[in-house]
Amino acid sequence: MDEGTTVSISIAFLIYAVASIAVVVLAVIKAKMTRRISERTAFIFLGLATALAALPVLFIIVYTIINGAGAINWTFLTQAPAQAGKAGGILPVIIGTFCLMLGTLFFALPIGVMASIYLTEYARDNWLTRLINMAILNLAGVPSIVFGLFGLSVFVLAFHFGLSLLAASLTLACQALAMVITTSREAILAVPREYREGSLAIGVTKWQTVRHVVLPQALPGIITGAVLAISRAAGETAPILVTGAAFLLPSLPASPFDQFMALPYHLYTVAAHVPGMSRTTMWGVALVLLVVVLSFDVLAAIVRYRSRQRGLER
Amino acid sequence: MLKPGTSTVVAASNTGDSLRRRLRLGERFIEGWIFLAGLFAIIVLVGIIAVLIKEGLPIFAHSSPWQFLFGTKWYPVSEPPTFGILPFFVSTLMITLIATAAAVPIGVACAAYLAEVAPPRIRETVKPVIELLAGIPSVMMGFIGLILLSPLVQSIFHLNTGLCGLTAAIMLSLMSLPIIVSVSEDALHAVPKEFKEASYALGATKWETIRHVCIPAALSGIAAAIMLGVGRAIGETMTVLMVAGGALAVPLSPTDPMTTMTAAIASGIGNAVRGGLQYQALFAVGLILFVMTLAVNLIAGRVLERQKRKFAR
Repeated sequence: MDEGTTVSISIAFLIYAVASIAVVVLAVIKAKMTRRISERTAFIFLGLATALAALPVLFIIVYTIINGAGAINWTFLTQAPAQAGKAGGILPVIIGTFCLMLGTLFFALPIGVMASIYLTEYARDNWLTRLINMAILNLAGVPSIVFGLFGLSVFVLAFHFGLSLLAASLTLACQALAMVITTSREAILAVPREYREGSLAIGVTKWQTVRHVVLPQALPGIITGAVLAISRAAGETAPILVTGAAFLLPSLPASPFDQFMALPYHLYTVAAHVPGMSRTTMWGVALVLLVVVLSFDVLAAIVRYRSRQRGLER
Repeated sequence: MLKPGTSTVVAASNTGDSLRRRLRLGERFIEGWIFLAGLFAIIVLVGIIAVLIKEGLPIFAHSSPWQFLFGTKWYPVSEPPTFGILPFFVSTLMITLIATAAAVPIGVACAAYLAEVAPPRIRETVKPVIELLAGIPSVMMGFIGLILLSPLVQSIFHLNTGLCGLTAAIMLSLMSLPIIVSVSEDALHAVPKEFKEASYALGATKWETIRHVCIPAALSGIAAAIMLGVGRAIGETMTVLMVAGGALAVPLSPTDPMTTMTAAIASGIGNAVRGGLQYQALFAVGLILFVMTLAVNLIAGRVLERQKRKFAR
């Protein structure tokens, strides 16, 4: 790392430390200042804290782009890795990650959407519903490595899927479930009640109402949630670490029962386990991972924004 | 001549009935599936608990719970193997504490700024940026910690290696910020406008209102936000696996290299023989980890629920 970067990062952390101490001090002791000035000072520190929360992300993104751009070329994006990832490209790694995202979506989306339909349209306010809601809330907080253990024991070993794309997709789907349910539920709840009542009033059954009135209205919200969920899944490392990701494979997975390469696992291995790895290649892998994950985040934001615009026009 | 006509009508209504009945049956079928899907979250959660207990508990036949929890030696492959998880437990505790201590002042101040002070334009720009932080993969944060932060920590504190608990804690504090900010901000937003208006009417400045009215009123929500941040830090795996150093001794200072519970599972499970002692021991670590995060999340959920009811109108 060059001198300038070291200095700038040191300064950033110095500001970070000073600001956090100052915020605490300000909150605890009453400074002997006039009220106007103390308000000004307080707001400056609040603003500083906000900058400290927001700037590191931008720094990480910009820094990764600057350092990774040098590695990105045609060979890098279209070749298989060679010499333990030191040469060649990362095409099969990218493909592996997309397979994983598709697999996760395939399992998590139908179950997640159906579960949210149950919770919004059918469930009564009873102990079972409360239990389901509690389970969803807690599922979201289960550590990713624990999902890995679950996937290893159930999908890899008990179901005999072996270390495979299928086992990893199922594991990630279980993890993504909470997010898919929460976001689709919100989208379905946002559909005005009059729509349902209108449909029921002309003699349409409940399921038909859900299928033809509620779901189409909630679709943008559901898509947003699904896209966010698979973007998270694409970045997960710990669950696939134990359920089927491999560092170097001679070929692409030919069936769901094969092992696969994936971007986050590749980044982990080249950064932490391959000696003599060039910095440029590492940053290149990091940049591709960041682009894959964040582009889906941006996509979700666009879908949400456009559906909101449409809602405003109406 | 009337008869055939009547029979046609009857027949028509008959087909209508059977069609409706068939539709109804189809719907019942679909609704059954929907109910099953609704239960799926419970099935997965119970499945996780069952798996952790089934695979993890047998270790206590080999070493007593006391030895397991408070033993300081983790030698899974020596003869005979010993499994003491105290080093992992202490590491997890230490890193989580430091990360939370660093993230809470910044996070709460940021939430207060966004909820009460910031002009709408800044608010609308900063919020998505902080949400973006939540979207950055943990392996990416580990990579940044490994490449950028650890040399810095090493040179500032004159350490043998920058891969230590402190480096991991700094990265984790960043990673627990988004949830602390967003949940605290929601809590601040939920404070009724009348509270603030009453405070202004008494002549308080905006800052005094934030400090003495808004934050105390939202305190339980902020506490829940902090707990969720703690849960996040306890469960984070890749970042600590990459930057915490991986030493197996009980850490004495934050600048020691260490292995957290999550990192111990992630680094050990690949080599563990299925059903062997190490395998069982790692599942038992997973069980303890799960119980810790479950407790934190349950309490946070309960607190949030109560906060919501407090200001419900």
